[in-house]
Amino acid sequence: MSGSALPLEIVDLRTTLFTRRGEMKAVDGLSLTVAAGETVALVGESGCGKSLSALSIMRLLPDPPARIVGGQVKLNGRDIVPLPEEAMLGIRGKEIGMIFQDPLSSLNPVATVEKQIVEVLMTHTELGRGQARVRAHELLELVGMPDAARRLDAYPHQLSGGMCQRVIIAMAIACSPSVLIADEPTTALDVTVQAQVLALLKKLQADAGMAMIFITHDLGVVAETADRVVVMYAGRKVEEASVDDLFENPLHPYTVGLIGATPTPGAERAERLADIPGMVPPLNALPQGCAFAPRCPRVMDRCLTQKPALTAPAPGRLVACFAAERT
Amino acid sequence: MQRFEFLGRFARNRGAFVGACLILLVALMAAFASVFFPTDPLRIVGLPELWPGEDPEFPLGTDSLGRDILSMIVHGARATLLIGLFASAVATIIGVGVGAIAGFFGGWVDEVAMRAAELFQTIPNLIFVLTIVVILGSTLTNIVIAIGIVSWTPIARMTRAEFLSLRDREFVQACRSMGMSDFRIIVSEILPNALPPVIVLSSLVVAGAILFESAVSFLGLGDPNVASWGRLVGDGRQLIRSSWYICAIPGIAIMITVLCLNLVGDGLNDALNPKLRDR
Repeated sequence: MSGSALPLEIVDLRTTLFTRRGEMKAVDGLSLTVAAGETVALVGESGCGKSLSALSIMRLLPDPPARIVGGQVKLNGRDIVPLPEEAMLGIRGKEIGMIFQDPLSSLNPVATVEKQIVEVLMTHTELGRGQARVRAHELLELVGMPDAARRLDAYPHQLSGGMCQRVIIAMAIACSPSVLIADEPTTALDVTVQAQVLALLKKLQADAGMAMIFITHDLGVVAETADRVVVMYAGRKVEEASVDDLFENPLHPYTVGLIGATPTPGAERAERLADIPGMVPPLNALPQGCAFAPRCPRVMDRCLTQKPALTAPAPGRLVACFAAERT
Repeated sequence: MQRFEFLGRFARNRGAFVGACLILLVALMAAFASVFFPTDPLRIVGLPELWPGEDPEFPLGTDSLGRDILSMIVHGARATLLIGLFASAVATIIGVGVGAIAGFFGGWVDEVAMRAAELFQTIPNLIFVLTIVVILGSTLTNIVIAIGIVSWTPIARMTRAEFLSLRDREFVQACRSMGMSDFRIIVSEILPNALPPVIVLSSLVVAGAILFESAVSFLGLGDPNVASWGRLVGDGRQLIRSSWYICAIPGIAIMITVLCLNLVGDGLNDALNPKLRDR
């Protein structure tokens, strides 16, 4: 790239929860880059720090208890971590858009679709109310809302989940952000609508060249949408690879477990899905060594006392595991 | 379309419908008072202490000074309603402001605001109103402000409770992620969601304010230049054994109006209650 900065570059991001039961490292040294037009999936079980990472990037952490204690989040080359809140107001929605998990509850129940989109447009652009209305209509057509003109006057409860998610996507891309964070955008939708929304996101991303972070625990969705995958466990990145490499040859035992726990079509019905024994350890009681060690099938003595660092076993791949290093 | 649905739900409550009609009547009476009775209602126009029906010129009789009671009731409606509405407006503005800030920001802001509200709640309302009126002077504005100051606490608590339950909802988070400032989120996103119960409460505060004003006037601390209903009751106080109608007529007017306002409040509650919507 000739001098132009990446849309999103996260360097050693650390977010800590300061609670009565002690400090918990919810995001512990996450580094991540997303190029324009690229989709990076953030994968992991519940409670492994995916959503807190996203909120850290948006600087929307609930403070107290959560606070960014270190690292950089570079948006188009500018570190936004030290910026004051007022400056963030101009960045959120304009440079970074975000899509949330539950479409229906992400819309204001007492405002019409049109009003909500117009609000966003008027926050960040110089458009007058009339122009913003016209633009709102265009945006709804852009996100493939059926019968867009009529839906402008609809209230959220009059729309289906899929339609609500389209409205939210329209609001997120209204000001053409360079980075889009989608936090489990399809989890609350049924499967057919899920496919439509994923296709829509892919198309919008390709058209606008947005960088996208896609947070999910659904590996099927990952395979469909992502270019690169970052697997997180207990606040740390444990593996990063291109989507093909990851599914073909997962290196970290946790990734292996995740893939094994996903049903594949065509597999024997009778065969029980492999599960990962145990649960994600609570963040205030992390083991001394590798956080995954207590659940790991390939655990070694060393894993219990030392934290494995990220190493690059092949170009474009990263893994934090002693066992994976040896093989 | 939506508005008609709302009116339909409101009218389904018979009491509320009747109440609203009567309030409307009183409001019209207040609005056109000077058309019906162009002269000053406080002017002496006939013999004193004429009983209702005694003289067809004064259908509701005259008071101890010979002033037309009907004229005073009609003109008094204006003063009484205005006091009620403005006092309620003052209480609503203070209450919503304090409640919204306390509920939205939480923490020490919330603590301070709620302790302040509790302080106001511990002082007996009527005594507080009387104190303020005595200190500031018996003008209409001061009475309105005094009533507003004692009536804001329930509105503040209600607004705070609504804000507490709404501020962590996902749509508020979504608004934040779109770069809206706290002020915009409070005013244009959360407030419209929090308003329905507040509106109900405000309509009840109007009724309460009318009662407060009546009590203040009855005790002789009302604005001497305004013929409010409470003052009429107060003026008839001395003659309550012989000419009790002088007290009773404005008293009934107050009672009916307050009752109607309460009925309207109930109707609004039914009509605005989201749980009853779409049924």
